[in-house]
Amino acid sequence: MSVRTGGPEAPVHRARGARAARRARGIRELGVLLALALLVAGTALVNPAFLSAQSVRDLLLGATLLCVLAVGQTLVIVTRNVDLSVGSVLGLSAFATGSLFVTFPGLPIPVAALAGVLVGAGCGLVNGTLVTVARVPALVVTLGTLYVFRGVDHWWAAGRQINAADMPREFLDLGRLGLAGIPLPALVAAAVVLATGWYLASYRSGRELYAIGSDPAAARLSGIPVDRRVLAAFVVNGALAGLAGVLYAARFGTLDANAGLGLELQVVAAAVVGGVAIFGGSGTVFGAAVGAVLLTTIGSALAVLRVDPFWQQAVVGLLILVAIGMDRLLAARSARRLRVADAVGGDGRPGPAGGRGEQRRSTS
Amino acid sequence: MTEPHVSARPAPPPGPARRPALLAGVPARRETSVAGALLVSVLAASLLVDGFATGRNAGFLILDVAAVALIALPMTLVIVTGEIDLSVASTLGLTSAVLGRLWLAGLALELIVPLCLLLGALLGLMNGLLVTVARLPSLAVTIGTMALYRGLAYVVLGDRAVADFPFSWTGGAVAALPGTPVPWVALLIAGLAAAFGVLLHATAFGRSLFAIGSNADAAAFAGIPVLRAKLWLFVATGAMAALAGVFWTMQYGSARADNATGLELSVVAAVLLGGVSIFGGVGALPGVLAGVLLLGTIRNALQLADVPSDTLTVVTGLLLIVSVVVPNLLARAREHRRRRRSAPAGPG
Amino acid sequence: MADPSPPVPPPLALVEVAKSFGTVRALRGVSLQLRAGEVHALVGENGAGKSTLVKTIAGVHRPDTGRVEVDGTPVEFAGPADAQRAGVAVIYQEPLLFPDLSVAENIFMGRQPLRRFRRIDRWALRERTRALFTRLGVRIDPDRPARGLSIADQQLVEIAKALSRDARVLVMDEPTAALSGVEVRRLFAVARSLRDSGAAVLFISHRFDEVFALCDRITVLRDGGHVSTDPAADLDADTLVRRMVGRDLGDLFPRRTTEPGDVLLEVEGLSRAGVFTGIGFSVRAGEIVALAGLVGAGRSEVVRAVFGVDRYDTGTVRVAGRRLPRGRPAAAMAAGLALVPEDRRQQGLVMELSVRRNATLTLRRALSRYGLLLGSAERAAAREWTERLRVKAGALDDAVSTLSGGNQQKVVLAKWLATGPRVLIVDEPTRGIDVGTKAEVHRLLADLAGRGLAVLMVSSELPEVLGMADRVLVMHEGRLAAELPRGAATEESVLRAATGREAGVAA
Repeated sequence: MSVRTGGPEAPVHRARGARAARRARGIRELGVLLALALLVAGTALVNPAFLSAQSVRDLLLGATLLCVLAVGQTLVIVTRNVDLSVGSVLGLSAFATGSLFVTFPGLPIPVAALAGVLVGAGCGLVNGTLVTVARVPALVVTLGTLYVFRGVDHWWAAGRQINAADMPREFLDLGRLGLAGIPLPALVAAAVVLATGWYLASYRSGRELYAIGSDPAAARLSGIPVDRRVLAAFVVNGALAGLAGVLYAARFGTLDANAGLGLELQVVAAAVVGGVAIFGGSGTVFGAAVGAVLLTTIGSALAVLRVDPFWQQAVVGLLILVAIGMDRLLAARSARRLRVADAVGGDGRPGPAGGRGEQRRSTS
Repeated sequence: MTEPHVSARPAPPPGPARRPALLAGVPARRETSVAGALLVSVLAASLLVDGFATGRNAGFLILDVAAVALIALPMTLVIVTGEIDLSVASTLGLTSAVLGRLWLAGLALELIVPLCLLLGALLGLMNGLLVTVARLPSLAVTIGTMALYRGLAYVVLGDRAVADFPFSWTGGAVAALPGTPVPWVALLIAGLAAAFGVLLHATAFGRSLFAIGSNADAAAFAGIPVLRAKLWLFVATGAMAALAGVFWTMQYGSARADNATGLELSVVAAVLLGGVSIFGGVGALPGVLAGVLLLGTIRNALQLADVPSDTLTVVTGLLLIVSVVVPNLLARAREHRRRRRSAPAGPG
Repeated sequence: MADPSPPVPPPLALVEVAKSFGTVRALRGVSLQLRAGEVHALVGENGAGKSTLVKTIAGVHRPDTGRVEVDGTPVEFAGPADAQRAGVAVIYQEPLLFPDLSVAENIFMGRQPLRRFRRIDRWALRERTRALFTRLGVRIDPDRPARGLSIADQQLVEIAKALSRDARVLVMDEPTAALSGVEVRRLFAVARSLRDSGAAVLFISHRFDEVFALCDRITVLRDGGHVSTDPAADLDADTLVRRMVGRDLGDLFPRRTTEPGDVLLEVEGLSRAGVFTGIGFSVRAGEIVALAGLVGAGRSEVVRAVFGVDRYDTGTVRVAGRRLPRGRPAAAMAAGLALVPEDRRQQGLVMELSVRRNATLTLRRALSRYGLLLGSAERAAAREWTERLRVKAGALDDAVSTLSGGNQQKVVLAKWLATGPRVLIVDEPTRGIDVGTKAEVHRLLADLAGRGLAVLMVSSELPEVLGMADRVLVMHEGRLAAELPRGAATEESVLRAATGREAGVAA
């Protein structure tokens, strides 16, 4: 408000405030990346074997599933929704892929994979429809479908197990083959991260997802097709969970109805650790992906560091708390800096962060 | 808009045609429909399933839902204020692990149990402080503490199981009231349910919880200590989860770190099925009890009828979705009709 | 309307539009033509239906009867997107921004400039935002997030957003409320250039000087009905006020004589970083003191801090000599302080709860017996106070959202008067309520002051400030800019202090 107040130093302060805000936004993903780098470097110092080709391959393979799921989850969380059914969707799609091979032994692999993805997309469509048409909170809907999809999986499996012998060798090789030492599933995950990240940053509809999560009412008034976008986010998330199911089938070869059981909260945790705000509007898939890698790496790192493996989950929990605490701290700091910068610039007027904005109602 | 788009004119005088407030009626209606569903399923199970309508089975049923019921009571209050606690099952697990560890260390159960309850309250306090003082969203906080507490349970007890508790405790946990097939824990649950019910529905504190859940801003403007109320609820939830942990350990005669894994979603499902709004501000304790019993009845009947337990998962999920979707669609249809007739209340 | 239809159909017209919300008829058969190359003013009291009319044009509301015409053809806007496609741009009273997104993205949401493969062209996005800001003469970093912008800056972003649409019809709903003189002049220059390039502009404002300076024709609304449409040259401010109010101003406010008693509320050196600084004043028993200023000057923030809903950094608040702890509304209430907040729907009431629960929300403890709070006690207390204030409600168990705005405000007042306060703070007590109830509220406030309450009233309506207050405190950008006794408080002196053009008494 250099113009209004006319103070010569005002624009400088404003610019500083804006830069602070920008820094705060990029810094979050960097922070997780740094934590990951420190963890890897520290562990490698203690035990160089941690960076051996085999160990890195295992790490990447381990992170693949969570990574793909976290990317999909980010799409949904950014719109101020959540999908708790992803673990069940993964299980259902994995079993569907496996049974296709059992029923049609000669089936081309891409067809089976596509079918798995479609099963996931179908589940996402169910979730999205219930959320947008019946207007039921996503947490309730997807808690319900978590049970339903898992139950359908059980029904279908009826206690059976699909073994590696039931699936074509080429399919199972997908889980082991790699390019230049990087396992194929990890490459798929990387492609998913890059494509989704690129889409969210560079396309109108991608930006609209952020707008919806940032202020749903304003999004409607701005003419954004809110329901269509949210539905699409759920469908894509479902499809990615389906893809994760296919990768699961290829990697583990043994499938029963319990694949992916209890994975849902870990996925949300990965996104949150990666800086995706639980109530929408901000966060990137890159952050979520790094969060997923970090969560899976901790396990192996602790093992290498000879920490009692029983500590692993506790450390993960602590990490989640630290991550959301950091988010809060960064947000508060940048808000204060903006406020003070404005005030120094001669504008004593309160911004949205000054008063009412602080008491954002938590709609879980 | 600062100016509400309702250009306000005096409301018409109350006429006989005016219907009772639809919104005020909704929670009551939800309770009755859940209670009705419970009644129907009990009747159906009694008629169709051999061995359901026996005293022994009723006792099993109650024991089966005891842990969920104990945790659902405080959880109802937490969700009414618009928050959530997903760490309850992990609190249960950690309590169980600590109980086992202290027993191995040779402490007396009479001392261990109060310590465990205190531990639960402290774990709840930690959740509460993170939500109220650090102002972090409870959904994210309790996903974090869910992992943390479960992790600590493994740290405390590893993957061992402690099972050599005296029969006076393990048998006592599932003992029936003299002369009846009803386990004494039913009395405990009934007593606690009455206490939480009175707290929620007939005290100043309870009133403030509904106000907080509907509109935390307006509650703060009315002088309600919003954060303090939430803090206490998290503490109570932690303590009740610990009580459930002690009971669980004795009921199954086994202290393990992975006890009750995944129970948090069953609790939340029961509470929501009982008609509590996930957005807060709406809910009633009797409805939640009916929800807990409904899930237990269906589960029990299906097991007796030798239906694969997987069916139960589907039924649970469908019940949860249908119980929210149907009233929602009905309310919207009603709203639509009212608008057509150009009757009450404009949009917000 | 009296005017003959021009040969070219107007870009946008409303024909006999009626709209009701429940029992409230917000618009009753209003017709309005927005002609190309003309700035049209819409005036009326709060609650006259202006916002409903704006939202009808914006495609948010669909008329119950009547129609919207674009270029003479009836259209039906299914939503805001349809209206936008028809060339309508709206600047709402309260900015609608996405706090997490950058300012540039906020302006071009859904219309971002594209590169190959329909990718967003970030460089062009930034440059076009810069160009818009240059045209408006403001310097806001296009890349900063909207979170944390002052209200004035948010309003400027909204204006930039509307400008960027190259709209054929531009609706501005009180765009100047938070702006300074320089910004208002620049906004007018932009509005005129749009008009000259053939756009139709609808301008809504409470400030008559702006209306007469900018507008070609003026339409008056009252109680949802169309009163008149005339060329601005044929009108003067007094005529407009008479038409808006429907009677003369003189007998609007209760006459009263005051004999101020002891100081009941005393505020000293109250500051909150970046919000307000060095606020000090006192209110005596039997006195009505108004806190005036532009929107965003920090008035509501001050009274919220006084009551304890918000924290403050330094300063003291005393009620009847006793110092209040910071940030504890319950303690303030115990000391005899009551605050009727600015935003009735968001802060004053729990809309989903019943009238009974709302009216007794402040009495929870007082009504409890042995820790139990029974419905019967609540009902009795609620009945007493709603009857005293003549709240018109179907039943005490009706959700408070079913009441009209005026009756809702009475419930809020009832809830606070029931606590038996010694100091009553009212923030915008008559915003958005009808003329009849407004007068009732004014009588009530005068009556309460007469009975020895100290009343502090935040108000943006100058007639109310001048008609009710014994003293007027004026805030400007977080500071007290002037303290004017009743005799010295005029429309001009208050506005001058509020816009920072002259400091009366330095705070």
